Amino acid sequence: MKPFFPLLFALPLLSLSLLVASPAFAKDTGYAFVSSENDHIVTVLDGKTFAKVKDIKTSKRPRHLQFNPDKTLLYAACGEGASIDVIDVAKLEVIDKIEDVEDPEAFDFSQDGKQMFISLEDDGALGILDVASKKMLKEVEIGEEPEGVLTSHDGKSVYVTSEVANTVHVVDIASQAVKANIVVGERPRRFATTPDNQELWVTSELDASISIINLADHTIKEKITFAPEGFRKEDITPVGISMTRDGKTAFVTIGRANRVAVVDVASRKVEDYILVGERAWNAALNKDESLLFVANGLSDDVSIVNVADRKVTKSVPVGRVPYMVVVDD
Amino acid sequence: MIRRCCTWLVCLWVGCTSLPVYAAQTLSIGYMQQSDDPRYDDKHMTAQFLGQALGRPYEGAEVALKEVKFHGQNAGVEFALESAEAATAAELIKQVETLQAKGVRFILSDLPAATLSEVASAFKGKDVVFFNVSAPDDSLRQAQCQAVVFHTLPNHAMQADALVQYLVAHKWKQVLVLEGEAPEDKLLTAAFERAAKRYGAEIVAKRPFVLGNDPRERDKNNIALLTGDEDYDVVYIADSHGEFARNAAYQTLLPRPVIGSEGLNALAWNWAWERHGAPQVEKRFEKKAERRMSDPDWAAWMAVKAIATAVQQTNGADFVKLRDFLTAPDTTLDGAKGNASSFRPWDHQLRQPLLLSTHNWVVDRAPLEGFLHQTNNLDTLGFDERDSQCKF
Repeated sequence: MKPFFPLLFALPLLSLSLLVASPAFAKDTGYAFVSSENDHIVTVLDGKTFAKVKDIKTSKRPRHLQFNPDKTLLYAACGEGASIDVIDVAKLEVIDKIEDVEDPEAFDFSQDGKQMFISLEDDGALGILDVASKKMLKEVEIGEEPEGVLTSHDGKSVYVTSEVANTVHVVDIASQAVKANIVVGERPRRFATTPDNQELWVTSELDASISIINLADHTIKEKITFAPEGFRKEDITPVGISMTRDGKTAFVTIGRANRVAVVDVASRKVEDYILVGERAWNAALNKDESLLFVANGLSDDVSIVNVADRKVTKSVPVGRVPYMVVVDD
Repeated sequence: MIRRCCTWLVCLWVGCTSLPVYAAQTLSIGYMQQSDDPRYDDKHMTAQFLGQALGRPYEGAEVALKEVKFHGQNAGVEFALESAEAATAAELIKQVETLQAKGVRFILSDLPAATLSEVASAFKGKDVVFFNVSAPDDSLRQAQCQAVVFHTLPNHAMQADALVQYLVAHKWKQVLVLEGEAPEDKLLTAAFERAAKRYGAEIVAKRPFVLGNDPRERDKNNIALLTGDEDYDVVYIADSHGEFARNAAYQTLLPRPVIGSEGLNALAWNWAWERHGAPQVEKRFEKKAERRMSDPDWAAWMAVKAIATAVQQTNGADFVKLRDFLTAPDTTLDGAKGNASSFRPWDHQLRQPLLLSTHNWVVDRAPLEGFLHQTNNLDTLGFDERDSQCKF
């Protein structure tokens, strides 16, 4: 039975280098990719018609999705599969796996793309992985249930949330150690940084809020609280956040309130709440920022929001419990 | 188990004194239990009514202790557990005095209601908080409530309210009640009757059952006879031991669901709950305890988490500030069940969602949709302020 698999896993390095050598091959497919936790698939949607192109089978429970810098490869953290699957964006297939990563939830890359920083949900650790050799270099102990991971603009630090410790840990990449702990609102989840690299925005699922961290001194500068009319605090559960490139607008999914909040970054004002599907979890903008794709965990679909008029233009069914969406355009 | 706890404590103590002092102080959390507690009798536990404790909850506290390693960092506080065990209330009181002398102010209490009542009343007005993690009795939240006792375990009234909300939501409003002879069974029935009245379910008949095969008592020990002669939507069984209840499903005269001590019950915790970070808590617990997490385990876990959250949010270990934090109206505690939990100021019961559980699944989460409250929907479960007979 065995011969097939070792061969398959010996190929990745080769295929990786081939792909890097010919990136034009997969550029700008226009596809949206959606991970679905309970069906173990990444669904590919056409970026214009929103029709389903393919369901890519992955390891168990795919959650966080992220492209490599030239968007030829898509990495999918598969929690129960203890794997980070590597999807070839041109072939729409899993071509490689980084295995034996215990319960990965989210990740980001170092600036040179050589290292991957992974939140290891079960171990309460940030894993530092060498991408080429697939070796775990170090597990930095942090608070339990780490989730969002983001590499700083200067490439020197990694921010990672601990849902249990209500903390954002700042991990120094060179020394592979925690250098600061910032207490934020209850159950912190995901991040965005402003383009000027002054502020780190963190969503807090159980606090109906975003904590804005001043990156210069790691203090909480301000808090934005969400309060759409007719909802109580317990039904407002911010998780995903996506900021426009100009740093003017942030889109924040607020979970059980079934809405995306539109925040004016400069004034901190919540301008609008856009009705989407049930338990909106993560959201991504397309390149020209005309569309926002929102993964809805409890209605098994993706809402596609027209950013200009702030309304859903279409809802598309995907797999069970959609978690994350990314767009290749 | 106690020997292991002590060894562990010693290691921790040595660790604290020999290492360079990272944290300025250690906040020791007491943990007391009654020796030979009949609730943890092996035979009793194998009878397993739905919601039965699967073991002593000490490991729940241990798991939480590991989770809160960062909570005290900014305040320079480290957490430790210090356990105490004795057979009688009088001896336990002495142990609590010893703990107090060492500066222990928060004590998790794995005690039956009567023992807890007696121990706590010896510390009336003192700077101490007992967390009740295993006594679900309504009386502890009502007439016999005490200001020094906080409850992380849901009480019978909360469970019954959740169950009846489910029945009403499904229009299964006609209920046949079967009640055992134990005093604890009567407590369950009383709570269920109260909930039925509150949410509009109708008890069509209430019948006593006994265990056994005596033909002279067959109207009380034969399930077909007990469930005949009447029509109903569901059978509610009040059986705190579980031996009768576990034999009742699929044996009723009419094809009707069995709920309560078997079939479907409203619990603080269920290993099968898939959302709100619950699977991670369950996994950590199973790794430590080598069994599944049950209600008192969750309650012990939650108590330690509440203390640590108070330290994190007040940025210190001042007892009065911590206690005030626990009852502050805007305090939110994360129990890995969705809605943020908090302590009701009128009886110190932790408001929390409950999981409507079968043996291997969570069918729904209470409060159910449509059951609304003017301030916090979690107060549709259990004693709301206006129903409270508690006077501190």
